[in-house]
Amino acid sequence: MTGIIAQNVGRTSGLIKSAGGGGGVWTLISTFTSDGSDATATFDSGIDSTYPIYVFKFINIHPETDNVGFMFNGRDGSTAYDAIKTTTNFKAMANEGDDDIYFGYDSSRDLAQSTDFQLLVQDIGNDNDQSCSGELWLFNPSSTTFVKHFYSRMNGLYFQDYIFAPFIAGYFNVTAAIDGIQFKFSADEIQGGKIKLYGLKDSA
Amino acid sequence: MSGIIAQNSGRHTGLVKASSGGGGVWNLILTQTASASATIDFTSGIDDTYDEYVFKFIDIHPSSEAGKFGFQGNVAGGSGYNETITSTFFFSYHNEVDSAADVAYQAASDQAEGTAFQPLSDNIGIDNDQSGAGTLTIYDPSNTTFVKHFIARTNSYSASDYSVDGYTAGYFNTTSAIDEISFKFSTGNIDAGQISLYGIS
Repeated sequence: MTGIIAQNVGRTSGLIKSAGGGGGVWTLISTFTSDGSDATATFDSGIDSTYPIYVFKFINIHPETDNVGFMFNGRDGSTAYDAIKTTTNFKAMANEGDDDIYFGYDSSRDLAQSTDFQLLVQDIGNDNDQSCSGELWLFNPSSTTFVKHFYSRMNGLYFQDYIFAPFIAGYFNVTAAIDGIQFKFSADEIQGGKIKLYGLKDSA
Repeated sequence: MSGIIAQNSGRHTGLVKASSGGGGVWNLILTQTASASATIDFTSGIDDTYDEYVFKFIDIHPSSEAGKFGFQGNVAGGSGYNETITSTFFFSYHNEVDSAADVAYQAASDQAEGTAFQPLSDNIGIDNDQSGAGTLTIYDPSNTTFVKHFIARTNSYSASDYSVDGYTAGYFNTTSAIDEISFKFSTGNIDAGQISLYGIS
């Protein structure tokens, strides 16, 4: 770069050259907004080698049916969302009545070399004010050398009026690239909410 | 805004009006890539520009079996990565054969006023597809009144074929500014991987 563009790089006022991707390290790639009757929320483009880290943000994901889990899976070369994964799952929970709490590992909701969808949060209620929110980080999904690590942190409103705060982590145990991620409830539709996909840059 | 400034807001190319703070909340400071590296050191860019500094680890791969990936700091004007740390470490683990899973505190990976490198992960395997990934946040490292807090989360593919979700927290127990951070494995080299440093404005 030369001239005014070079002189103004990194300045906090005036005119600068736009950063590729929109002016920041975080780049919004796409947003899924529920139309009120979505069987799935599928991100089948925009996950590639452009960024080393991808972040999904979940905002008030609301189920059609009471007592269902919100879950995800990855696509690793075919059209199916069935990538093999090994995961961990522990959670904190407490009820609104302040007489029941729990903290510990949940061995019934982890996966060992499974192609199943991984729960992000379980047993969400479908009252009008009930939903789940949180985030999922996916590291270097386009690598064809290493497994693909991910972790999430969620808050969900359990159908019996508990706060559920699960911590999920694991890896897609494949060396093929993960190029798509799909979300759904364990039964019936996504009837509200947004999912935003961001890429995190590692170079100028 | 009006004229060219308004027209160019949000564009991905050309000239735009700089946002206060330097173009975004997350600001990339430096990315380093390992290649059989004994350490990866960040010796500049950590100062009072930002209140919060975030390191992102991508596919960190060791050269030696069963190494824990860790970090240490150096105070401004000091020598050696050997600051005093008090820390916690707990992890959630699950193996691929589905015979072991739990969440537990790991006393072997914490420190009580120790000066060793602080583990961020469990043992990471050396198979070609094994690695670790995650994040480390250090708060207000240039502060000269308070200790310097840090938190981290990593996921690792262990040498014994476990998925390990590790949580580290602690503080550098010094009121001097921390301006350098070093990463290494407890044994062997960082064979491959990338670490990016961001400042949060």
